Amino acid sequence: MSTQALPGSVPPPRRAHTLREGMGFSGERIFQALCWVAIVVPLFLLGVLVVDIVFDAWPRLSWQFLSSYPSRRPEQAGILAALAGSAVMIVLTALMAIPVGVGAAIYLEEYAPDNRLTRLIELNISNLAGVPSIIYGLLGLELFVRAMQMGRSLLAGSATMALLLLPMVIMASREALRTVPHALREAGFALGADRWQMLRRVVLPSCLPGILTGIILSLARAVGETAPLITIGALTYVAFLPDSLSSPFTVLPIQIFNWVSRPQVEFHRNAAAGIVILLLLMLLLNGAAIWLRVRLQRRYA
Amino acid sequence: MAATAWNLKAPRSRTERGVSWVLLLCGLMSIVTTLGIIAVLLGETVAFFEEVSFAQFFADTQWTPLFAQKHFGVWPLVTATLLTTTVAVVTALGLGLLAAIYLSEFAREDVRKVLKPLLEILAGVPTVVYGYFALTFVTPLLQKFILGLAGFNALGPGLVMGMMILPIIASLSEDALYAVPASLREGAYALGASRLSAIFRVILPSAFSGIAAAVILGVSRAVGETMIVAIAAGQQPRFTLDPRVPIETLTAYIVQVSLGDTPTGTLEYRTVFAVGMMLFLMTLVLNILAFRLRQRILKGHGR
Repeated sequence: MSTQALPGSVPPPRRAHTLREGMGFSGERIFQALCWVAIVVPLFLLGVLVVDIVFDAWPRLSWQFLSSYPSRRPEQAGILAALAGSAVMIVLTALMAIPVGVGAAIYLEEYAPDNRLTRLIELNISNLAGVPSIIYGLLGLELFVRAMQMGRSLLAGSATMALLLLPMVIMASREALRTVPHALREAGFALGADRWQMLRRVVLPSCLPGILTGIILSLARAVGETAPLITIGALTYVAFLPDSLSSPFTVLPIQIFNWVSRPQVEFHRNAAAGIVILLLLMLLLNGAAIWLRVRLQRRYA
Repeated sequence: MAATAWNLKAPRSRTERGVSWVLLLCGLMSIVTTLGIIAVLLGETVAFFEEVSFAQFFADTQWTPLFAQKHFGVWPLVTATLLTTTVAVVTALGLGLLAAIYLSEFAREDVRKVLKPLLEILAGVPTVVYGYFALTFVTPLLQKFILGLAGFNALGPGLVMGMMILPIIASLSEDALYAVPASLREGAYALGASRLSAIFRVILPSAFSGIAAAVILGVSRAVGETMIVAIAAGQQPRFTLDPRVPIETLTAYIVQVSLGDTPTGTLEYRTVFAVGMMLFLMTLVLNILAFRLRQRILKGHGR
């Protein structure tokens, strides 16, 4: 995303010469106020959402809720299995998505010649980023669950998630690579480094904060993803902790979805409590991204 | 593609060549993913159409593949998707555009730096959370004002989905507005334009492709959105444009079947992929359109 105004010449808009007196000062004031309202209303609604959910969740937030398995009795149910499933899945997803994603980003930014294949890859990545997440679920179901016979396992879920995150990781890493000044690269070459040495010793260290931030933010997105995991058949009722890669699993958003789908208000409260935990987890990851960026920027600056 | 500038020397060492091959493979993963998606959807969809004719799929207006009396008319799912998407886009378009204008034209730089990320939080809220909000807060609230609004409907989730796509439209439109060259604004002011006429006569028109791309991407997100509608819009395929009654979108149908224990290889299982194909094609067309429009801006501004 370009944020600076682009210099350069543009043909003037056709009717530019017809502009003269506008609607006057007060019209401008009113319009500006209207625009301001358009920003405040959505933010206000976000506030309402948070308050509403915390209010619903309050009676259920306890250690018991964090440390119990799901139950038919809403007051005894908890999110232990879902929390563990989410945690393990995120780690596995990261292990799969990061090397490939960062590698692809390095290729596109540093190695790729300007040819058809490169343009195809770029077009393709921006298209992939727009494919609905549930479609990735269908891919995972056929490819990982059935063709590769992983079953409805943690591994299949994480692999599906990794494919989903790939475009995000690639785009974030490319963005970070682009922030490294050309002079640094040229200095690396001037010292006699070949391209990979230059990248490893000069470029990657200096854009590591940016890459890590982007990755953590994508992982935070993955924590909240539900649809692809439902499609590959993650369970909705799991009363055990995942003990291997082939173990069946559930994740926080699926557990929440399961509770929301029930008619009883007591289960809705559980859903709200689950949402509070989910949002806290995402907040934690986002906070970690910011902390890391600040800290690493200081070290490498 | 900045790399080409100093592509002066051929790789010197074996490591260097090896590394560039490995990195190329990483880059090709994205192509493999796309091919995988197409292969999977196409394979099952072809198998589906061997049993169900195109006429049954596109000419019927009933969708009951899970019942004894089977109908495979996809229109109820499509109209439901269009209905929730329309509600969402109507909600998000005006607000999103005004918000973009505020950020780009009126807000001070420091205010903008705070407000833009705040607004983008809205796009990062997990959709299952929005689904909960739509079902347990928005719909009950709307029921106080709108007679005949069912517990599951298109209106509540549509509005909440609007909240979700608003930052997409606002943020991308703002990028487009911000990218309008300063010379154009200055030209407008030099001709004596007020701020308002500069915005409406010069800045908005010249950012039009970017804004259109933003809206199209918003529409694409709304079409593919799953959890909000699966939770709050219902699971009743119904051929209607009434936003007050329960419906079932393309995505919600996929969720419904995935939750049940449909054996693989059956016709019911394949309906999911036929519906997925439909969804994929709809979003693909929208995404390509948006991509083209954004390419045009980059070229148009001399980049």
